[in-house]
Amino acid sequence: MNHHVDHFFVKGDPMIYAADLMIIMTTLAVIFVLTYYKKWKWLWNEWLTTVDHKKIGIMYIIAAVLMMFRGGVDALLMRAQLTVPNEDFLDPQHYNEIFTTHGTIMILFMAMPFIIGLMNVAVPLQIGARDVAFPYLNALSFWSFFTAAMLFNLSFVIGGSPDAGWTAYAPLAEPELDPGVGQNFYLLSLQISGFSTLATGINFFVTILKMRAPGMSMMKLPIFSWSILVTSAIIIFAFPILAIALALMTFDRLFGAHFFTLTGEGLPMMWANLFWLWGHPEVYIVILPAFGVFSEVISTFSKKRLFGYKAMVWSMVLIGFLSLIVWVHHFFTMGAGPDVNSFFSISTMAIAIPTGVKIFNWLGTMFRGRIQFTTPMLWSLAFIPCFTIGGITGVMLAMAAADYQYHNSYFLVAHFHFVLISGTVFGCIAGLLYWYPKMFGHMLNEKIGKWAFWLFVPGFLICFLPMFFLGLDGMTRRVYTFSNSHWTDLNVIASIGAALMGIGFMVLVYNMIWSARYGKRDKTGDPWDGRTLEWATPTPIPHYNFALIPRIKRLDEFWYVKQNNEPSVLRSLPVSKLKPIHMPNSSGRPFVMSWLFFIVGFAAVFYVYWVAALALIGVLVCMGLRSFEIDDGHYVSVEEIKRTEKNRIKEA
Amino acid sequence: MFKWKTISLSTLLLSVFMLSGCNIKVLNPQGPVAEDQFQLILWSLGFMLFIVLVVFSAFTIILVRYRDRPGHQNHDPEQEGNKWLELLWTVIPIIIIICLAVPTVRTIYALEDPPKQSKDQEPLTVRVVSSDWKWIFVYPEQGIETVNYLNIPADVPIKFRLTSAGSMSSLWIPSLGGQEYAMAGMMTQLILEADHPGTYVGKNANFNGKLFQKMKFNVHAMTREDFQAWAEKVKKNAPKLTKEQYLNILEPGVSAKKTFSSTHLSFVNHVKEPDFAVKHTEILPPH
Ligand code: HEM
Ligand SMILES: [Cu+2]
Ligand SMILES: [Cu+2]
Repeated sequence: MNHHVDHFFVKGDPMIYAADLMIIMTTLAVIFVLTYYKKWKWLWNEWLTTVDHKKIGIMYIIAAVLMMFRGGVDALLMRAQLTVPNEDFLDPQHYNEIFTTHGTIMILFMAMPFIIGLMNVAVPLQIGARDVAFPYLNALSFWSFFTAAMLFNLSFVIGGSPDAGWTAYAPLAEPELDPGVGQNFYLLSLQISGFSTLATGINFFVTILKMRAPGMSMMKLPIFSWSILVTSAIIIFAFPILAIALALMTFDRLFGAHFFTLTGEGLPMMWANLFWLWGHPEVYIVILPAFGVFSEVISTFSKKRLFGYKAMVWSMVLIGFLSLIVWVHHFFTMGAGPDVNSFFSISTMAIAIPTGVKIFNWLGTMFRGRIQFTTPMLWSLAFIPCFTIGGITGVMLAMAAADYQYHNSYFLVAHFHFVLISGTVFGCIAGLLYWYPKMFGHMLNEKIGKWAFWLFVPGFLICFLPMFFLGLDGMTRRVYTFSNSHWTDLNVIASIGAALMGIGFMVLVYNMIWSARYGKRDKTGDPWDGRTLEWATPTPIPHYNFALIPRIKRLDEFWYVKQNNEPSVLRSLPVSKLKPIHMPNSSGRPFVMSWLFFIVGFAAVFYVYWVAALALIGVLVCMGLRSFEIDDGHYVSVEEIKRTEKNRIKEA
Repeated sequence: MFKWKTISLSTLLLSVFMLSGCNIKVLNPQGPVAEDQFQLILWSLGFMLFIVLVVFSAFTIILVRYRDRPGHQNHDPEQEGNKWLELLWTVIPIIIIICLAVPTVRTIYALEDPPKQSKDQEPLTVRVVSSDWKWIFVYPEQGIETVNYLNIPADVPIKFRLTSAGSMSSLWIPSLGGQEYAMAGMMTQLILEADHPGTYVGKNANFNGKLFQKMKFNVHAMTREDFQAWAEKVKKNAPKLTKEQYLNILEPGVSAKKTFSSTHLSFVNHVKEPDFAVKHTEILPPH
């Protein structure tokens, strides 16, 4: 396999040299800053070894925003290439690599970590817990996701990016038709981050079931936490399928097996089934938490209870179930026969029913409300009409006989961006803005925030609405250029929209930088006048979250405690009741283990098995060490609690 | 201020769509299959516009009436839900879905057979092999083969039998009707028909590697007599297809239009030998 070593560094493209340079410069800059300000120790102690769910959540979100930048640059390159006919700014190979990495990064390294970040920040606080069920595992999840993302991104400059689409259909993605190492990067980095997601799913499933504050029955669980519970359940069902599919294709590529190959009686179509058996639930994994965020935000800023809480919960459960049995709608045109297509057609359309119920319940929440147009609320409001368009076009796609005309066209591209961007991306942004003061202790500037919103959302519509029409006129997805001059106008419009979104994103990021210095500091811990428990903690949140765990009597407990001026540990702490708090210890091992995973992956990509084996042994040693370790955590003393909570202490 | 900007922008956008809407392929069916699909699309569009209308107007009214402003009234913070309303917006979608599902299923089954209007016509079988990155069409009854163009009689159902010599592709002729995948080691079927002579664009809709975008071809629908005459002329004048030539065609790359008076079916059946092309041609070197 020496031939791969010849191709180790990707050569010949100015963009890639620029990326090389940028990677080197950034690395040097980071090392310099850390050394100059003597911050290495702080970085290690406070962040790299932390098991605190809030910090892990923040790290997830930072990584996700970085990946949104990378995926966004890819998107803008694609739109630049597709603005006018017969463009040759990117060659076909390069274009294929870019849309492959764009799709993969946006779904797996942007949307997923963003949501996992938000759930890390908010869920334990919402349910009145001091941490997640398995804090050490949580750190391992974050670091292995992070190293997997780095492994995937490295393919751009070393070895070559994957180029078979984020769906990696066999036999195209098999070595016979795709001999480079790019596809190996895809398989191994997805495998590592897949394990990380599965661990997160199990972690939060257990956390929500077992660690709720006393009195918080399932029907008093805040709606965002409910959405995470359902999401975790889907993760537990879906991600093992991905792991198996990836492993089988990895065997094909690395060890010459024949699961999905053209030769040796492989079954290429099996890949499509396995991929979408995971892939369809995956889209619900990224949409349900967004639904949770919108429910919280709309209710908070309408100053009203969530309308039809029970129906909201049950519709999420139903959506979660249905999401597992509709995967064939991704290949109605694979000749499975009319019976199969009819079944999957109807089951897919059925998802629209609980989704519609949710839309109307959100409208019901605002009805008779007192709607405040804060930035998190604006993103949530924009979601409603945009997602309606995404949803109805989804129903149109679900009608199999009509889908024969939409499938693989820009109509589809428009549809999934309508649901993914107006659902997941708006949801992540709304959630970030909403919990921002809780995470960082200061507000974001509302005026800059509104600029970002009014650039991004119209930009989004201008970019993706025309694509419905391009699709109906026969433009297929993933073409690297087009020659039909009828399509020029709509493509130019789409590119203008994409540019607006890009600017909107930059303004959003600028707002964070601006507000870090000048933003209004929040001392109350409850700047939005919130309803759920996370707003009852002081800001900055002590690492043990709650000095005394509250007893819950109703949904939106904190809201009613405030409304009625009830005495509660959510408002003041009786000193006599304080006891030492047990907390888990930090550990550097998740960090080390994850970089060992990275080495396993990187070496396997280039078929250097002895290095991979050594690193794998390192991983096993880490696991062994952990299992012999006696780690009882530590206690936070009453003195320290008193010092931290001095503003809320009530002498009894 | 922003509101007006958005409104004027969307009007502008809408008018562009309207202008280009006049000749959008899927909405201008040129044959009975595309026509059936178009009718289904129209039917669904009606319901969808209804839903959009309801949601958008409710949304606008609520935003205007219940925004936080001085003198705001009608605030009911404890409203928990409403059984009847919630029932209403569960039942109506169910009814809509039923209204959509019935014609969908009916059309799914109908598209398995030749269109009703040409029941008396014997369908013409065309075997299609997709190869990276060109289309090979075999007319078994006529004993001829073409590469990268397709001649068909109008008013006759065409029964495509699809397979692939390599990666998976999807045959799509938007003006005549929806697509079907072509996969190595398998045979799928797609029935299309043109109802009058004309030239249409056919393409591969499923991404299959480097030169995917070049996998396009023209479909010439002609009168039955013209088609007969063409087929006979090809049979008489075009060269025979040799195995070497065929292997040459299978090499990864694009190809010019070609015409032969014999078919490749005598030396390979890709359905039975999915790895034929992989074994007999050069794999692309890594880029
Ligand atoms: C600035 C915003 C964005 C723009 C302009 C954009 C544009 C595009 C374009 C042009 C394609 C290629 C379509 C094709 O040729 O098949 C694409 C594909 C895709 N995009 Fe985006 N995109 C954006 C944001 C996102 C986001 C936020 C997500 C996910 C949450 C996403 C997910 C995808 C996926 C899954 C694909 C399919 C990739 C594939 O075909 O393999 N995109 N996008
Ligand atoms: Cu799906
Ligand atoms: Cu098949």
